[in-house]
Amino acid sequence: MPDKLILLVVWIVLLLLLGAGIEASRLGLGSWQAAVVLLLAAISAGLIAWFDMHLKYSSGILRLFAAGVLIFLLIMFGLGLPDWLTR
Amino acid sequence: MNQALPAVREQFHTPGQQLAADRLGMWLFLASEAMLFGAIFLALTVYHLLHPDAMQAATRRLDLTMGGINTAILLTSSTTMALAVKLASQGRRWPTLVALLATVLLGLAFEAIKVHSWFDEARQGLLPGYGPPFPLPQPAAQLYFHLYLVSTGVHALHLAVGIVLLGGVALGLMSRLLKVPERAVNVELVGLYWQFVDIVWIFLFPTLYLVSR
Repeated sequence: MPDKLILLVVWIVLLLLLGAGIEASRLGLGSWQAAVVLLLAAISAGLIAWFDMHLKYSSGILRLFAAGVLIFLLIMFGLGLPDWLTR
Repeated sequence: MNQALPAVREQFHTPGQQLAADRLGMWLFLASEAMLFGAIFLALTVYHLLHPDAMQAATRRLDLTMGGINTAILLTSSTTMALAVKLASQGRRWPTLVALLATVLLGLAFEAIKVHSWFDEARQGLLPGYGPPFPLPQPAAQLYFHLYLVSTGVHALHLAVGIVLLGGVALGLMSRLLKVPERAVNVELVGLYWQFVDIVWIFLFPTLYLVSR
């Protein structure tokens, strides 16, 4: 698939995911609501990082740096949240 | 195409090495930015866990339609930005310029809607420091709106910086001071920053507007 067509398809998928997230927030999913809308957001962010930010075409070291963003955040949330989640 | 290689600065051996260093530097900067926004997200998450009822009452005061439209605008700008990077790498100066200007316009539209929302919320007394007294009975709802203002404010500031950077790149292209494809990396690096700021909003929108609705 040509690159520009990929960008177009990704854009349409992003808009569909946005619509799905808004709809999901109206369904009354209870305690699942947060998980569902954040999962949809994570998929959107992943699509942008992979296609629009060119990780698809990038070297291993660059992908490692990008993964570093997630690892830093994982440490911050991993150390920050257990106290609140387990009370 | 007979293209000159980009000038290699003295600390690098090859253009490829310089390009790799440019990209790595930008990603490292984005990682540090993720820490800034990560702390805000962590605070919001703790508020949601501690005060679910107040967070729900506060969330329902936000205009979901405006938030949704703004998210769609930013998602579209991600696509026009990625298109600009692609076109710049192909050395297509005018199409690159058009895609960049479309991105700038979408960014400005986002900022205009955001400022409009803030005024709207301030008139209801929801934001700190301006307008009538806070309308909700739950004290924790005020915490939510303080963080709402801080998080959307810091994000809007980042987007404004992105708009200025894109404007600079566009001016460079127009004046031919910035040549593509030789210096397409300039478009690419600003593009990475722009996409990152979009991703921040992709998480801010559900966290602020959807999680507790």
